[in-house]
Amino acid sequence: MTAIPYCFSRRSPAADVLEITAQPIDPATLRESLADPGAGGFCVFEGWVRDRNEGRAVRRLEYEAYEPVAIAEGERVIAEARLRFPFIGARCVHRVGMLEIGELAVWVGVTAAHRDEAFKACRYVIDEIKVRLPIWKKEHYVDGDSGWVNCERCARHGAE
Amino acid sequence: MKRVTVRYFALFREHAGISEETLELDVETARDVFEQTRVRHGSSEPQGHCKVAINDEIADWSAPVNDGDTVLLFPPVAGG
Repeated sequence: MTAIPYCFSRRSPAADVLEITAQPIDPATLRESLADPGAGGFCVFEGWVRDRNEGRAVRRLEYEAYEPVAIAEGERVIAEARLRFPFIGARCVHRVGMLEIGELAVWVGVTAAHRDEAFKACRYVIDEIKVRLPIWKKEHYVDGDSGWVNCERCARHGAE
Repeated sequence: MKRVTVRYFALFREHAGISEETLELDVETARDVFEQTRVRHGSSEPQGHCKVAINDEIADWSAPVNDGDTVLLFPPVAGG
């Protein structure tokens, strides 16, 4: 199969979708899938697993998603972003399962004719995804405790 | 009484000890289902921090629940 030059490859039919995966996210493949000759800018946000949260040392993160609703709501978010900030293509991938420090938890990429739409649409998508999609994050701490993020009772429960 | 399947996620599933159950409930709205299963899902979270879906569609807490519906109770989300 002949490789299509990056700058001339067609926009992927996978644009404007959100995926949930238990496999490691490959940013290079995602980036290439958004290539479009009309794109003058590409903006990406990568969410990484951090080793601390609110003063506690974190060993790993466990993500859970309810896929049917997460995908539908995620694609609704991308469609809203398209109405606000006309872009060329957008994709989002969110990991589930147990992730180690430094792993890629979420990837949002947007191409647009100009940088302003790319930045703004990317920002809109990640901000909305964090608060609207049925995705949950459990922190497993170095000291052996664990707790669901954004749920105070659970944090206390885990500390008991 | 309505036959309602209730599904629990993340924290709620851990507290309930099960991921779903089918119950006979005297309920009108999604909010009623949340309140009537509160002990099971162990929530002291304000309902406003949680979300609900009915038959895989995100719904308002005031949305009606019908016989045979599946109600999904989502604890506070934390994607990204």
